[in-house]
Amino acid sequence: MPQNRDLIASNLAGLPASVRAAFLTRVFGSENYAEKAAAMRRETISRAVVYIGAGTCGLAAGAAKTIEAAKRYIKENKLEADILEVGCIGYCAAEPLLDVQLPGQARVSFQRASGDVTPGLLDSVFRDQAPSKDYVLGQFEDGGKKWPKLPLLSEHPFFAKQLRFVLKHVGIVDPNSIQDHIARGGYGAFLKVIHTMTPVQACDAVEASGLRGRGGGGFPTGKKWKIALSSDADQKYIICNADEGDPGAFMDRSAIEGDPHRILEGIAIGAYAIHASKAYVYIRAEYPLAIKNLKKAISDAKAYGLLGENIYGSGFDLDVIIKMGAGAFVCGEETALMNSIEGRRGMPKPRPPYPAVRGLFGKPTVINNVETFGNISEIISQGPAAFASVGTRGSKGTKVFALSGKVNRTGLVEIPMGTTLKEIVFDIGGGIENGFAFKAVQIGGPSGGCIPMSHMDIEVDYESLKTVGAIMGSGGLVVMDEKTCMVDVAKFFMEFIKKESCGKCIPCREGTLRMLEILKGITRPRRGEKEADTLARFSGIMNLENLSQVIRETSLCGLGQTAPNPVLSTLRWFRDEYEAHIFERRCPAGACTEMLEFTIDPVKCKGCTLCAKGCPTQAIVGNPKTPHYIIAEKCISCGSCRTVCKFKAVNAA
Amino acid sequence: MSVPSKVEKVLENHSFAKRDKLIPILQEVQAADGYISKLAALKVAKHLNIPASKVYGVATFYNQFRFKPVGRYHIMICRGTACHVKGSAGVLKMCEEVLGIKAGDTPRDGLFSIETVACIGACGLAPVISINGEFHAKITSDKLRKLVEDIRKTEAQNAAK
Amino acid sequence: MKLTINGNPVEAQPGDTILAVLRRQGIHVPTLCHMEGLLPSGACRICVVEVEGQNNLIPSCSFPAAEGMKIITSSPKVINARKTIVELLLGSHPDDCLYCAKQPTCELSRLSSDYGVRSRRFPVAKKKKPLDISSPSISRDPDKCILCGKCVRVCEETQTVACIDFVKRGSDSFIGCAFDSSLNVSSCVNCGQCINVCPTGALTEKDDIQPVMDALFDKDKYVVVQHAPSISVSLAEEFGLPPGTDVNGVMTAAMRKMGFKAVFDTSFSADLTIMEEASELAHRVKNGGVLPMFTSCSPGWIKFIETFYPEMLPHLSTCKSPQQMLGAMIKTYYAKKQGINPAKIYSVSVMPCTAKKFEVTRPEMGREGYADIDAVVTTREFAQLLRIHGIDLKTLQPEEPDLPFGDRSTAGKLFGASGGVMEAALRTAHFLLTGKELGALKVEAVRGQAGVKEARLKVGALEVGVAAVSGLGNARKLVEEIKNGRKDLHFIEVMTCPGGCINGGGQPIAKNKAAVIERMRALYNIDATEKLRTSHANKAVQALYKDFLGKPLGEKSHHLLHTKYARRKAADVG
Repeated sequence: MPQNRDLIASNLAGLPASVRAAFLTRVFGSENYAEKAAAMRRETISRAVVYIGAGTCGLAAGAAKTIEAAKRYIKENKLEADILEVGCIGYCAAEPLLDVQLPGQARVSFQRASGDVTPGLLDSVFRDQAPSKDYVLGQFEDGGKKWPKLPLLSEHPFFAKQLRFVLKHVGIVDPNSIQDHIARGGYGAFLKVIHTMTPVQACDAVEASGLRGRGGGGFPTGKKWKIALSSDADQKYIICNADEGDPGAFMDRSAIEGDPHRILEGIAIGAYAIHASKAYVYIRAEYPLAIKNLKKAISDAKAYGLLGENIYGSGFDLDVIIKMGAGAFVCGEETALMNSIEGRRGMPKPRPPYPAVRGLFGKPTVINNVETFGNISEIISQGPAAFASVGTRGSKGTKVFALSGKVNRTGLVEIPMGTTLKEIVFDIGGGIENGFAFKAVQIGGPSGGCIPMSHMDIEVDYESLKTVGAIMGSGGLVVMDEKTCMVDVAKFFMEFIKKESCGKCIPCREGTLRMLEILKGITRPRRGEKEADTLARFSGIMNLENLSQVIRETSLCGLGQTAPNPVLSTLRWFRDEYEAHIFERRCPAGACTEMLEFTIDPVKCKGCTLCAKGCPTQAIVGNPKTPHYIIAEKCISCGSCRTVCKFKAVNAA
Repeated sequence: MSVPSKVEKVLENHSFAKRDKLIPILQEVQAADGYISKLAALKVAKHLNIPASKVYGVATFYNQFRFKPVGRYHIMICRGTACHVKGSAGVLKMCEEVLGIKAGDTPRDGLFSIETVACIGACGLAPVISINGEFHAKITSDKLRKLVEDIRKTEAQNAAK
Repeated sequence: MKLTINGNPVEAQPGDTILAVLRRQGIHVPTLCHMEGLLPSGACRICVVEVEGQNNLIPSCSFPAAEGMKIITSSPKVINARKTIVELLLGSHPDDCLYCAKQPTCELSRLSSDYGVRSRRFPVAKKKKPLDISSPSISRDPDKCILCGKCVRVCEETQTVACIDFVKRGSDSFIGCAFDSSLNVSSCVNCGQCINVCPTGALTEKDDIQPVMDALFDKDKYVVVQHAPSISVSLAEEFGLPPGTDVNGVMTAAMRKMGFKAVFDTSFSADLTIMEEASELAHRVKNGGVLPMFTSCSPGWIKFIETFYPEMLPHLSTCKSPQQMLGAMIKTYYAKKQGINPAKIYSVSVMPCTAKKFEVTRPEMGREGYADIDAVVTTREFAQLLRIHGIDLKTLQPEEPDLPFGDRSTAGKLFGASGGVMEAALRTAHFLLTGKELGALKVEAVRGQAGVKEARLKVGALEVGVAAVSGLGNARKLVEEIKNGRKDLHFIEVMTCPGGCINGGGQPIAKNKAAVIERMRALYNIDATEKLRTSHANKAVQALYKDFLGKPLGEKSHHLLHTKYARRKAADVG
């Protein structure tokens, strides 16, 4: 691939000859790297490669069985083939994904490649030279002869509108091979920075690119680095925030699982730019595979002299330490994160002083999100102007979104800033599954808001999203349909926030408890409601707005300050649903099952006993082949009976 | 007793550790013991020369740490947004009913325990659960019931041997 | 630098927080979690103000003042925010106000009243938590806790005991000991500093008023009382009088009115303590005994060293505290003299200290099946007793204390302030060792509110190094220095409470440090104005020796006035 070859050449061009020689020799055995590099990145292969998407999502979809089946197949057929476990290319709904690259042929990707169909798929390639069309997702367009009449992967509606920049090599590079990464130009930018640029120049480049923090805050990255650079101290730190606590977000996980070196390189460049000799990656413990791959990446980088003391004679030292989170969403907040690293309860501290001035262990510290770091190396390689040429005026570059929920095509999506939400959900996501109607998309997790159809033309841009009461957030995008109750969504987020609130400040600790109480009050069953409860319900609604305002304006940290957002946002766009809950005691979406009273229609019921068997509280009685009956006092309104009934005999109202 | 020596082994690897090693040490202790016992916490406190109240305060802050042992089959149910939208609340309820225990309880027969987690990060395949670290995607109440039955069968067979 | 507050131009210093500027201007902004001298926590948010250009309200306690800043301290937004925060707190608070021991000093109650909260907006949502009344000194009611964190901070940062911390997270948070153990088995040293900083009734002293009242009304009991040096200069605050007002005489009268058969002054036994302790110091110095020697009148300090530094116990003076010495004398010498069966004596002490409630339970503090002291009430509790009995100090005539334990030197009176014990001891030690009085008797170097005070004195041919520390954090530092080989100190006074007993856990809740300083000033004023200024010149003490004890460190003294210590196990220390 011309691009990669250029990257190696262009990055290393300005280096002192000795460094260039040392590096190339270490990685490729000599300064003549072209052929070796092409082989390392599997541009030219002598043996077939079977790629299997073995990220956490792939494994959850059954990729382990796929790997097993592929191994067996290769052994039994004595094939000259190797299996490579790669990260997730992003199309989760289609997993497990299995790709085959025959020498000289384009790599072809199969979807839904569960263990039992794997032999058949491999047969279609190895034996029949005709990849099974029913399962083909697409073929890669660079490298190798095209398979006739097979679509290009890049033209698949899921991929067509994406611009994969941070995720460029996820699913393609071998996450456990530093050589593969270097063969694609990796660490060239890092060496370029530490040998030919000053920290100020590195900060300048990032600032000129217009990159803004991808964790949700959107603070200009270069500016943050400059503040830390100008703070005098004997020790500085850079921290990669890989806590990714937003439920519904898995961008950072995929990036680290699939291309850990890209992130590591970004961290290393950032460390140099602010004069930090120690870097921490704070990663949540719920991501064991990402941790494993990152550990290996760090160890390999050390072994190749890219971490440690006096890196390639530059005089720059860097040590990277992994810190595992212990399960606290609030530790995604900068000052809480630092407290956690220091071995304390993850409770935020007042700002100012800002971390860039006084942070970890009292020293200047820069904290950036994984995705932010994922952009750095190419900003250096290609130059800031190239990066700034993508996106909108205020939001440059791309954004990775984790698209999930009621869409047909769930997965990781990376688009240039400025793409509309409509394009993401309908063009890339393929619209709502099962033919239901779109209702809203939740963006920004528990700190964000919902966007209804009327505003889906909004561009993905930090400022634009604020105008409709939402935020960019870290990238979680959860799609909801007509069967989703927006009051329930608000309640869900408030429950999450209440559970994750650190408890330090009064407005958040007590306020979110009360807001949750109010929301629970309007989604509670009608049965047994006392007068006092009714009064509480109405007064609660009146309190909601004032509470929201006070919590937003006085909370200590971002968690509290944005806690009311989901409620305010759903109130703004779906007031009618709230009113139905409050005044009519009815859930229009039919999702708040607790509010429903379940009854069995004796005419439709055939007495098959399926519902009675599945009832968790044994609230259904009846003899076989006679109509069944639900005992109201025992019923917890879980809805299981309605789900299993084949005769639509269960009514809920 | 096995408890002191496992903890002591962990502490051996952290000879000159200071407070910033508290959480990693607690994670290793829990990995070794399955939970954080009173004795273990006291030893960690002594080793790091910090008050035991701080160790307890830190450990109880984070979701990860348990103070009671878990079952042989520890089921983690994801309660992230996508999973919620796809019905994980129902999965949790079903799990609690089928197993007869609530999330966070100590298992009666030592076999199963349930824990809810904030988000596993496999949102594209919601709802997701994991049993002893093995993930199961697009889980339904039926699938879950079957998994539990399979485990019970295996355990019964093993017990019979 | 210049800024504007409520439209008025104001000067500020670099490094000022907005709160510091406001306070200097006399503008009141409520705080709940703020602690003088410690870094701002930023937890309660009630100190918020409006700052032009900022979207959200700004916490004045932690936000730095800046040039040109425009601040508004009571806009509708701010007032609404503060009121809502109070209402949120009340939402999780029991409606116990009328029955709560914290009234009328409860800060939450005051805020609710100031901000005009007239109805309960939120019903109580949280589960009731059990009371912890295991400790003889401190009662905990977690339902009333507002999680301001001040108790945790004073216990950890000032006292370096750290027996409590936040547990769990969010609205499930509470303050507790490691592994939810009860307070009495934890490393708590009973100092009660947590009570002094608690804004609500979550922390109060264990109530000993009822047993005292029962005793007073029991015809079979002979009830006597002693009062600590700090009491007479602090009690008046409980009745609205200025801090430092000395009410010794009328207090004595009040005690008699209440029904106490004898009123004794602990300052007398402080003189007694000095006789024993100075002799002990001289003995150690002459015979190569363990040095430095630590004072032992502070029971919190004793518990601290027994728990955390048992290897240093030989350094402790074996002298009992003045309270306990007097307690022993009452039930032996006094009982004999008056012909009363000691078992019938109910001995009460009024103390500025909550740890004294623990001290009286120590098995060494008694004999033949009875404890030397039967009940300890704090200054606050004693004020309560006065109110119950309807006694108004202002209407009484001063009276003299009872003999033989009423005459005291000002040296004994100084025991209430940090440095006072040291000064009293030096005066007598100097006399004992050289036969001459210590110059002007004043030892300036150990006076004042500093946490660590050191001095070097010539006592005859000897150069003596002394130190007076208050606050256990300072004590710990010094102990560590000595463990690491520091050898230039001979005698160290340790007071658990920062500033001394006048700032004890049982004292009237002072709004700020100024009250404590006034109490201290009152004590030194007494020393400056009265004639009898040394313990060894106290004729009543001399008489006690002649009549009963024999001599300092003699057999009887040893048996009745000295004690022993042992390593103490705590659930969180092991």
